[in-house]
Formats: sequence, C-alpha cells, structure tokens
Amino acid sequence: MRSTKAILITGMTWIIAVTYFFPVAWMFINSFKSENDAASLTPKFVFKPTLESFSRLADRGMIDYLTNSLMASVISTSVVLILAIPAAYALSIRPIVKVQDALFFFISTRFMPAAASILPLFIIFKNLRVLDNIFALSLVYAAMNLPIAIWMMRSFLSEVPQEVIEASRIDGANFETELWSVVLPIVLPGIAAVALICFIFSWNEYFFSVLLTSANAKTTPPFLASFVDGRGQFLAVLSAASTVAALPVILAGWFAQKQLVRGLAMGAVK
Amino acid sequence: MAAGLKRQNQEKSPVKEKLLPRKLIAPALIFSIVLTQVPFLVTIYFSLMEWNLLKPQEKAFAGIDNYIYVFQTGDLLPAIIATVGLTAFSVICSLLVGLFFAVLLDRKFRGQSVARTLIITPFLIMPAASALIWKFSMFDTNIGIINYIVQKLGFSAIGWSTQYPYISVIILLTWQYAPFMMLILLSGLQSQSREVLEAASVDRAGIWRTFAFITLPHLRQYTEIAILLGTIMLLQAFDPVAIMTKGTGGTKTLAYLLYERAFVGMNVGQAAAYGVVTVILTIIVATISLRSLFKVFISGVNK
Repeated sequence: MRSTKAILITGMTWIIAVTYFFPVAWMFINSFKSENDAASLTPKFVFKPTLESFSRLADRGMIDYLTNSLMASVISTSVVLILAIPAAYALSIRPIVKVQDALFFFISTRFMPAAASILPLFIIFKNLRVLDNIFALSLVYAAMNLPIAIWMMRSFLSEVPQEVIEASRIDGANFETELWSVVLPIVLPGIAAVALICFIFSWNEYFFSVLLTSANAKTTPPFLASFVDGRGQFLAVLSAASTVAALPVILAGWFAQKQLVRGLAMGAVK
Repeated sequence: MAAGLKRQNQEKSPVKEKLLPRKLIAPALIFSIVLTQVPFLVTIYFSLMEWNLLKPQEKAFAGIDNYIYVFQTGDLLPAIIATVGLTAFSVICSLLVGLFFAVLLDRKFRGQSVARTLIITPFLIMPAASALIWKFSMFDTNIGIINYIVQKLGFSAIGWSTQYPYISVIILLTWQYAPFMMLILLSGLQSQSREVLEAASVDRAGIWRTFAFITLPHLRQYTEIAILLGTIMLLQAFDPVAIMTKGTGGTKTLAYLLYERAFVGMNVGQAAAYGVVTVILTIIVATISLRSLFKVFISGVNK
C-alpha cells in the first residue's frame, strides 16, 4: 500500500519535472530542424536532423556577439572580485563600526532600478565617446553586480574560523599574508561561486546592452531579440541561437548547483 | 555614511590598523557611488530640463514642468499598478509553484537529482531566450505547442501574448523564477530536525497537520528570503515586457514606460522625471521591506 503510493508520487514528480523542462527540450530539438519542419502546424518529433541553423548563425556573425558577451562577463567579473574581496574582508573579518550601514548602502544600490541611471549613463557615454564600447558596458555590469558580490563574499568570509586568523596574527602575519595565504585559500570555493553568479548575470543581461551598445559591442541577448524582426520563418534559427547562448550557463549551473544556491541566497541559506 | 566611517572604535591599535578597513572598502564604495549615485543626481538635473534629443536646439530649463506632465497625463498610475501587479503575482505564483516542487523533491527516490536538475534549468536560461522561445514556440497561435494542445482539446487557438499579455508575462516569469524559490525552500525543508518530524509521526499527527504546524512555521524565514530576493529580481524584469508584449495590455511597467519615453520618444526631460519618481517609489518600498528582513540576512537562518 505504502510503496504503491510512493511509486505514484515518484511517477507524478517525474511527469511534472519533464513537462516543466519541456520548453527547454523543445528549443533544443527545434534547433536541429529545418525551418519548414520547425514551422509545422503539427509539432514534429520525428524529422531529419540538420545543422543548417547553426551554420546560418555563423554566417550572421554570432561568434562576434558571443565574444562580446564573454569579454563583458570576464572583465566585469574580474573588476567585481578585485573590489568586492577587500571590501567584504573589511566588513566581516575586520569589522568597522557601521558595518550594517555599509551593507545596507550596497544592497540598496541593487534595489535601485536600472531605469534611474540609464539616461545619464547613455548621455555621459555618448559625450565620452564610449557608447557601444565593451569596456564601458563591462563597468556598468560590474556596478550592477558589486553589491550582490559583496554580500555573498561577506557571508563566505564570516565562516572562516576566528582561531585560524588569530593564530596567523600571533605568528606575526601582516595583513597581506593574512588575506592571501590564510583567508583566501579557505574561501576559494566561495569566491568561485561569486564569480560564477556574476558571470551569469552579465552573460544574461539585456537592458543595458540593448541601450548602450550597437554595432561593435552588442552582446548575445539583443542579438537573439533581433531575430524577431526577421520576415518569414525563423523558429529553427532562433532556437539554435538560444541554445548556443543559454548552454554555457545551463552547464555551469548544473554542475555547481550547491554553490549557486548558497551564493544566490546571499549566505542566508546554508 | 562617511560620518559613520570616521567614528572608529576606540581600540588601542596603531593608526595604520585603524585605517585599514576604510582603505579596503573605499574602492568599492567610490566605484559604486560613481556608477550608481552620481548618474541618479544627473537624472534629477535632467528632470528639470526641457530637452528632447530630436530638438537639441530647444534645450532649456523647465523647472517642475516635467513633473507636472508626469502627474497630469494618466500614464504614471497604470505603470505603478502594472509594476506592482506583475511583480506581486509573479512572486506569489513562483513561490507557490516553488513550494510544491520543493515538497515533491524533498524525498528520496530514484533519479531525484536528475529531476531537480531538470526543474532548475528554466532559471538558468538566458531571460531573453526564454521570452523568445515562449512567445514563438509555446504561445504562438499557429505553431505554438500550447495552442496545439488547446486545439486538440477542441477549443480555438488563443493569441496568448496579444490577447492575454498580462497572464502571459506572469506565466513566463513564474516558469523562470519558481525554480529559484524551490531551491531556497528545499534547503529549508532539508534543514528540518528529523527528531521533531519523528516525534510528530509517533504522536500520529497526520501528514497535513505536520506540514501545517511544523513545516510551514519552520519555512517562514526561508520564505521571507525567497520573497525579498524574488522581488528584487522580478521588480526589474524588463526582458519579457520588451520582447513579448511591448507594454501592451496592462504590462507597461515603470521601466518600460521610461524606456519608451527616453529611447523611442527621445524626451530626456520627461523620461528623467519618470526615473526620479520611480526611484523615490522604489526607495520607499525597499526601505520598508529591507529593514524588516535585514536581521535574517545579518545573522543567517541556522544560527
């Protein structure tokens, strides 16, 4: 009796999980269809697979957009780590008095709608001639991710055992040694989680990229949206582009689920 | 803020030691201020100007004209309602769906980790890609899967993103964010004390009573965290509106309205005024919600 019920619940869980995942699977399947097969009124599950859509993506220069996305993500994540690690260190291991105020300030900048800063950024960038510049876009992404990174780093750093730090201080370690050879090795997995999340947010960002870039520095998300204006059939090529664009993050997320959860919950969940 | 940093603790350590934390935090603070606070001050300045990018020679000081315009034309209130409504419905729906998933996955069964992996994937997909895929392969009137099923069931096709843009956006956002809620709630469920649950089953408290009186109260803090983080992320959701509905059918959020004024209408002054109003509203909401939930974050759930 009990086991029948368990089997039923397990079966139901599986059906729900697969149904929930279906749009992703469908995107993946469609990317291997010809445009005619993809636009079939009766959904086709059996078809002759083709790589036609992927070669069309290459023709449309998707590599350039992916390169831009990669550059923006790597540069902004590096800037964030350089700024966030010392700041989080100061907020957790060597706390200053108004820690809460500092934390509150940082997180409140994340609450601030992008809408509030986009206009001046657009006009300042235009005057500085850095509109459509990947480095300028990277700095915007860094500012967007910095508060979250500091919060996440702080929670990882606060778990470093106080005894370890004190022992190193008694041994006469100065601040640099303390940070580089004592604290950082312990929180390396945490830093990896922070880096991964910042990378994902930059990689997926649409609003700033669509407004602050055009021909040279456009990243992948606006490139995807550009298929909508295309006439005729475009579902297969759109699915292929979406698959390529989403795959790095999906794989990273699958393999680092635990770190992702802890990082995203900003240390509030263990 | 600066005053707070100056009032250092009275530790008898060398001056250098006392300065260190400030030196460490200064770069992040300055960077953050330059890229977020300074642009906001510039937005305030712009909002007092009559300035249309299409007519640059007519740039002039406008005083509060733009604000009068913002409050007199009837666009502000619907945008506030759209923003609050879409955010609230999406947060509630994804929280409920996420709780359902978390309960399903909080048991041992064959392939449990694979099922969890499948369910979290929508959260990992690039939001622009999700919006496009849903619009063209799920919701489409001709080739969309949902309409294929709807027609098989004997109904006529529904133009989801054109007829029901509001519901379509909520469905999309729920699909994307329920996995996030699930992950947080699942770690809540898994941190429940086994003894308490066993005691409840010894006392013959049924599944539902155990869930209502033990599990749900235990999940309270996790739910608060999920709501706060979900709200931060969903409040700024711009992609589904820009890609799927273009602000039609009650989905013109503040972010989209401002985008439309600035980058379609090219009216810097008016857009800036909308921006300032948006920020003030956000600050009010953020201060209330953040202050009340702040303690959970500072101390962590399990401490």
